[in-house]
Amino acid sequence: MKDSSVKASPEPLVALRGITKRYGELLANDRIDLAIAPGEIHALLGENGAGKSTLVKILYGVVEPSAGEILWQGRPVAIASPVAARALGLGMVFQHFSLFDELTVAENIAVALSGDRSLRDVRAKLGEVSRAYGLALEPDRAVWTLSAGERQRIEIVRCLLQNPKLLILDEPTSVLTPQESDHLFATLEKLAAEGCAILFISHKLEEVRRLCRSATILRGGRVVATLDPRKRSAREIAALMVGAEVGEVKGGGAQASSAEVLRVRGLTLAPAAVHGKTLNGIELAVHAGEVVGIAGVAGNGQSELFASLSGERLAGRADAVAINGKSCGLAGIDARRRLGGAFVPEERLGHAAAPTHSLSENTLISHHAGGTVGRAGFIALDRARRLARDIIESFDVRVPEADPAARKLSGGNLQKFVIGREIIRQPKLLVVDQPTWGVDAGAARLIRQALVDLSRAGSAVLVISQDLDELFEIADRIAVIHDGHLSPTRPTGKWTREAIGLEMLGVARGQGAHAA
Amino acid sequence: MRLELVPRASVSPVMRAVAPVLAFLTAFLIGGLVIWLLGRSPLAAFQVYVTGPLQDPWALQELVVKATPLALIAIGLSYCFRANLWNIGAEGQYVIGAIFGSWLALATHGTEAGPWVLPAMMVLGLLGGALYGLVPAFLKTRFGVNEILTSLMLVYVAQLILDYLARGPWRDPKGFNFPQSVTFDPAATLPPVMEASRVHFGAVFALVAILVTAVVVACTLFGYRLRLTGDAPRAARFAGFSQKRTTLAVFAISGGLAGLAGISEVSGQIGQIQPSISPGYGFTAITVAFLGRLNPIGILAASLVVALLFIGGESAQILLRLPLDLTNAFQGILLLCVLGADALVSYRVRLVGRGAHA
Repeated sequence: MKDSSVKASPEPLVALRGITKRYGELLANDRIDLAIAPGEIHALLGENGAGKSTLVKILYGVVEPSAGEILWQGRPVAIASPVAARALGLGMVFQHFSLFDELTVAENIAVALSGDRSLRDVRAKLGEVSRAYGLALEPDRAVWTLSAGERQRIEIVRCLLQNPKLLILDEPTSVLTPQESDHLFATLEKLAAEGCAILFISHKLEEVRRLCRSATILRGGRVVATLDPRKRSAREIAALMVGAEVGEVKGGGAQASSAEVLRVRGLTLAPAAVHGKTLNGIELAVHAGEVVGIAGVAGNGQSELFASLSGERLAGRADAVAINGKSCGLAGIDARRRLGGAFVPEERLGHAAAPTHSLSENTLISHHAGGTVGRAGFIALDRARRLARDIIESFDVRVPEADPAARKLSGGNLQKFVIGREIIRQPKLLVVDQPTWGVDAGAARLIRQALVDLSRAGSAVLVISQDLDELFEIADRIAVIHDGHLSPTRPTGKWTREAIGLEMLGVARGQGAHAA
Repeated sequence: MRLELVPRASVSPVMRAVAPVLAFLTAFLIGGLVIWLLGRSPLAAFQVYVTGPLQDPWALQELVVKATPLALIAIGLSYCFRANLWNIGAEGQYVIGAIFGSWLALATHGTEAGPWVLPAMMVLGLLGGALYGLVPAFLKTRFGVNEILTSLMLVYVAQLILDYLARGPWRDPKGFNFPQSVTFDPAATLPPVMEASRVHFGAVFALVAILVTAVVVACTLFGYRLRLTGDAPRAARFAGFSQKRTTLAVFAISGGLAGLAGISEVSGQIGQIQPSISPGYGFTAITVAFLGRLNPIGILAASLVVALLFIGGESAQILLRLPLDLTNAFQGILLLCVLGADALVSYRVRLVGRGAHA
């Protein structure tokens, strides 16, 4: 970063040439060329499964390429490990943070630094970098007390302390509020101005158009375009990413009836995990015919709320949750399914579906309670197979074989399957946590359309999502969850992004606000 | 330099089928090498261990007798292991089952009690084993105590209770102070399946248990519940399957079948209570369950193979003066080879060169 040797060198800092990575039959990267100059903020765009992660892993020494070469300041290098990558001057901020919750900020940074540095030394450096880049951090706070934005700052500071020449950020804004994102962009621009190259991985076009002057677009493991994102429209770029025009979700005609399908009254719940959130007096009603969205930064009680609505955790009071007018706060998930509820959790693999089981077996998970896939304790495997086939056809699930194991599907296709598995039951109530998390644009559109269609057909749909664009697109009303508190819902048209951002930070509620 | 296991992109069904055969060959090669190093002829040992017992009608019956408790216990354990729960204490549940059933045999000894005694003994055996199996399950679900530790430690408790009973209250007063009970009445003795055969009705119990389990695994929601609990516990909770109830159920089933094996062995084979009623069936059954890959038919085959090694080991001790420990070691080698072969079917080994981790 404070590299004074930044001159307008004609040579790129790093150049990838013909990088290819083959996993068995699959070509994850196919002859990829990419060059980044010092001080350049370069976007790597692509849908899930386009090969972005593989490419970055190769660059960071986690994965070995099958063919191709990497030139670092003009010299070919073999990056055999992340340690070697860091030694060259690469820093990486992962999408999923690698921090120790119990340790303090300074300790987390000290642990990751190579060489013997005293904690005092680290603290001093931390203060320096924090001030220089406006990355406010308290060195002695334990990590588990911090917001996602603050945790990301630790990761960034950790990289900066190693004076990187190239900083790689993987989907950095996915856990940030709009305000936090603005703040991050300011920091990145400052870094770039000092000559640090930045590789910014994202699927959010608007922010790429704001931040980056060049972008490489991947599709199916290949480079389909290298362009200046500010000179193209978002639609144009999206079409390049997906390989086809992406339509818009057709909504309209919301006819919320007065029939309350889901009613939550004074739901209060202590956390199950050590650092989970306490749900605090949640009040919520969802009516037939409408989509209600719950916005919020990850880790503010969304998973706890989902678990207490689905019945995986019990609220302790029968009237805390009512489905179709029947109190079910003390009833388990099967009983709630029988009342007309359907649930799709955030984690696809391991929670919504068993990774090693076939899709037909996976239908049993949420269908056995209704008695449609067997009777008297016996399973009708033929019916389960037919059901899986119906879901695959109705929701355009692309499968590699007739009845594959769930883990063989791409994220988007599995998500279409688990959402389809619930919608095909024609539930009166559907509760979805992060419906399009890590899902490609095409699948996301299909899923959002299916959610809207379900509500227009007379069901109540509750969508918990970190993706504000998504909520603005499909929700009729939105509430915001912060630190286990849920704001009152307001019609989507009455919210502005700024107002939601303030609620997400807890500023609006005027308590427990983290410094933005 | 280090070794890495890399998942294979696709698993060949041929390899999956051939793997156990190769595993057996490898195990026999290693075993033969050890015997050769001990200065004996590997061929002669193979003859004594494997082909000898298979040609002798008496030994064939003995094979079934030894395989019976192994199969019965192992099929019960497969319920636990499928659900990723670790009941290591089948030996203790076997002993307690034997004690529960034997209590009735001794209480009715010398009376004119009718034919209800034997079935009641079997039910008591099941019950005793199930209750004893529920102890670690309860401790796990209620207090979160690790079931591996508790189930294992309860084995020693059970063995000491048996020891106390055989030397104390249940000792035959006319038995010249030998630590054993009276011999069970015919009404309390599990009959042979055929006249003058050594194979008792326990073998039928084992077959029934295997068949029922095959149906449970393949066609019932309970079978799916176990698999889901084992493979994806969060998905199992999402499916509405309570982890607590699953834990209690599988421990009761495996404990019950171990208990049934215990009372069958005492009533059909030993005929009285002694301080020791098992050469470690409860532990060997763990090997059997995994050798059979938790598959009911596989467990049937594995119980016969391990019983064969038991008998072969005894002959080898006599004929070749090979130590009995060798038999135990060979069991271990066999298990290692089978599990290793399974791993190699799904993963390939990659040698990662120096400098990969600078």
